[in-house]
Amino acid sequence: MSASNTTTITSIGAPNRRNTELALLVFAVAIPVFAYANVGLAKNDAVPAGLLGYGLGLGLLAGVAHLLVRKFAPYSDPLMLPIATLLNGLGLVLIWRLDQEPRLGRAMAPNQLMWSTLGVALFVCVLVFLKDHRILQRYTYISMFAALILLVLPIFFPAVYGARIWITIPGVGSLQPGEFAKIIITVFFAGYLMVKRDALALASRRFMGLYLPRGRDLGPILVIWAMSLLILVFETDLGTSLLFFGLFVIMLYVATERTSWIVFGLLLSSAGAVAVASYESHVQVRVQNWLHPLALQHGDVTETAQAMYAFGSGGLFGSGLGQGYSRLIGGIAPKSDYILATVGEELGLAGLMAILLLYALLIERGIRTALAARDPFGKLLAIGLSGAFALQVFVVAGGVTGLIPLTGMTMPFLAQGGSSVIANWALVAILLRISDTARRPAPSPAPSPDAEATQVVRTQ
Amino acid sequence: MNKPLRRVAVFCGLLVLALLLRVNYVQFVQADQLSNDVHNRRVAINQYAQPRGDIIVDGKAITGHTTTTGSDFKYKRTYTNGPMWAPVTGYASQAYGTTMLEGVQDKFLTGDDDRLFFNRTIDLLTGKEKKGGNVVTTLNAKAQEAAYKGLGAKKGAVAAIDPRTGAILALASTPSFDPSTIAGNSQTDAKNWVALDKKNDPDDPSLNRALRQTYPPGSTFKLVTAAAALETGKITDIDKGTESPDPYTLPGTTVPLPNEGNIPCKNATLRIALRYSCNSVFGKLGADIGLKDMTDEAEKFGFNQEQFVPVRANAGNFDTKMSPDQVALSSIGQFDTAATPLQMAMVAAAIANNGTLMQPYEIDKLVAPNLSTIAQTSPKELSKPLSPENAQKLQSMMETVVNEGTGTNARIPGVKVGGKTGTAQHGLNNDQNPYAWFVSYAMTDQGSPVAVAVVVEDSSANRSDITGGGLAAPIAKKVMEAVLNK
Repeated sequence: MSASNTTTITSIGAPNRRNTELALLVFAVAIPVFAYANVGLAKNDAVPAGLLGYGLGLGLLAGVAHLLVRKFAPYSDPLMLPIATLLNGLGLVLIWRLDQEPRLGRAMAPNQLMWSTLGVALFVCVLVFLKDHRILQRYTYISMFAALILLVLPIFFPAVYGARIWITIPGVGSLQPGEFAKIIITVFFAGYLMVKRDALALASRRFMGLYLPRGRDLGPILVIWAMSLLILVFETDLGTSLLFFGLFVIMLYVATERTSWIVFGLLLSSAGAVAVASYESHVQVRVQNWLHPLALQHGDVTETAQAMYAFGSGGLFGSGLGQGYSRLIGGIAPKSDYILATVGEELGLAGLMAILLLYALLIERGIRTALAARDPFGKLLAIGLSGAFALQVFVVAGGVTGLIPLTGMTMPFLAQGGSSVIANWALVAILLRISDTARRPAPSPAPSPDAEATQVVRTQ
Repeated sequence: MNKPLRRVAVFCGLLVLALLLRVNYVQFVQADQLSNDVHNRRVAINQYAQPRGDIIVDGKAITGHTTTTGSDFKYKRTYTNGPMWAPVTGYASQAYGTTMLEGVQDKFLTGDDDRLFFNRTIDLLTGKEKKGGNVVTTLNAKAQEAAYKGLGAKKGAVAAIDPRTGAILALASTPSFDPSTIAGNSQTDAKNWVALDKKNDPDDPSLNRALRQTYPPGSTFKLVTAAAALETGKITDIDKGTESPDPYTLPGTTVPLPNEGNIPCKNATLRIALRYSCNSVFGKLGADIGLKDMTDEAEKFGFNQEQFVPVRANAGNFDTKMSPDQVALSSIGQFDTAATPLQMAMVAAAIANNGTLMQPYEIDKLVAPNLSTIAQTSPKELSKPLSPENAQKLQSMMETVVNEGTGTNARIPGVKVGGKTGTAQHGLNNDQNPYAWFVSYAMTDQGSPVAVAVVVEDSSANRSDITGGGLAAPIAKKVMEAVLNK
């Protein structure tokens, strides 16, 4: 095995791997189609009538996306599109499966399919119109304002399920701006840090083995810390605040290569968490549920306990798709926040680990893209997007399985929710764009009469 | 920038690793505990996801099932002749759990028992629906019917045993309830359930009086005292005078222990004393035998110990710490002495079985859905309260009671019947109506096929009518006749 073929870092002679992507996409479409048939057989003893249409639809989406990737980002990473397609497809099957339960409200799979189509459309648009990710650098400060507006907007809308994270547009539906803000704020961070990294990294005093940054450089981190606290307080959105703050700390660390930022970040976030938790009842309830997942509330089993029962009853291999009782969790939760509980119950430990590993693989490809990227902005943007994705997966999956207190966030691609699925498709598109640039073979040097005498030096 | 990037990669890897460890912990280590948690509704759903196996009496199922809609539960339990069989079957309710045989053999009836694993696997491979196993009981439908109908509108209980094996033949309790009415989880079932509660129904119909209610056994306990007298050698000739005064003054006190009515108890023989149910004779005997030997004998008959048949039966009570006057009172079945109808049936059974007490049991065998036998109960000896000679002496005395004493209402032509009546006083200063007891056995050439204990707590009856011979003996006779097939 030659090193040049297995790593994305090397640019010379790397095959573009589009056929690998195509082969993987076949699986990414076939697996959800089989899962769909499986649910139909389990629930109604018949192959679902929509199987052909659904399969063709998903196949068409994947096919169009693939063709456009072939055309517009030929050297991009071959794994990301199939993984996203597979997760999205499985999510659709799971939501359709939960639609079969009479007590879980109206059917949401058709909507989700529509949102997924829009998501793929946005994915394609990004690939077609964003020729080079470095263009985003120009919009650093515009991004900051856009992100702030998106984050602040939900405050003016009523809280839904105890969290103020939606904006409702009459006639269109509700939107979760936090999902989009996640990407836009990463663009801002990447642009800002690329410019300021030297100042943040070098202009500092040494104190007890740590580099203490100057007050004026410390400013932005304090602003972000305060902002994430404000989100937590006004929107009671634990997940988003954790996500933004973690994202910023990771990007600062990568940009400055200073461990002290992490120490500061941890200190500030724990201080903030303790401060908020001590008077915010919403957070206290979550912590209580986390500490005592099976405790009864007013004589009733809590959602947390129902999710734990679902996981426990799933065991190693699960009850089989369509044969579990996720409906016991109740409300809309099994289709959104708690969709992993359905995975755990019906696909078992084996299925849940497979899903988590798919996420891990997607994150890993994102970080690889960051490593491979040749420009600091691309590196920061890629690590920011992958880091945000990783944190989100960890926060949701950890919350649902009881590893950490539950926060209201959606499992990327899997959970019901239009904003989430669209935003994550866009996120994957940007990562693909960066990886395409990173893996594109360097243009061969222009033929020159004195080529023989000149040594070409490439700089990384 | 690549060094921190690699560290971030490791950090993300650790996050995923933490998630993987957590799901392994939840879905593997904690899985059993979570999936069987009492609040996990899946437990109940699975219990009713397939037809429950049946409880079988005399080859016929006394249970059945119907399908329900509009709830998580697919199948609902039904009962044939529910009120009559309730003390045996208990109930299997979608909302309120299971009791009695339904509870004890719940796993077998639902098909989840490990012993049905092989059957389940075959069913899985051949694509058949999972089915529960059947429980074949030892009960005798005719005897049960005789007991239940005999009790009729009266409050009381009957327990009948085959003395030779310990197989339980009848367990009736009145008033009773129909377990079918609380088998579902509908509003009607909930209403029925609330109505059954003791707070709302002072008659407490869901109480299994045959196994779970202890009564003062009254004079029927004199059988145990007589057995102790014979076993300890205090009396060897049952037709010789016992040198007891009438009335007998309780030892250490000036309280006289009188007899009911004008009966020949002064210096009566043991046979006469049992025939007329002399308090003075048995009170003195008990005091003479002493606490230790009385306790030993009572415990050999099963007192002071819960019986598992395999449904739990309450323990009868004979105090182990008493003063001599209390021992005397206890020896005639008063003071703190208490017994379930099953316990008194065991006393009669041990005497009828020539002194050997067999462990009572309700389940003959467990059969898989394909009718193969999974488990068979074999009769087991519990204890030997009497030697065969002493047992025969006691039998002879009990037959005198039925032939010419207080138990003539239990006579069956052509069959040797032995019995003992009892009228147990209770309430402060005996202000409540007493309990009427009758314990008896029938004897054929092949030994005794049935021993029965009947208790009637009918507060509506005229007090002077409440005697074991008048109220309880006719019921015992019907039950014995049912078993004898007469």
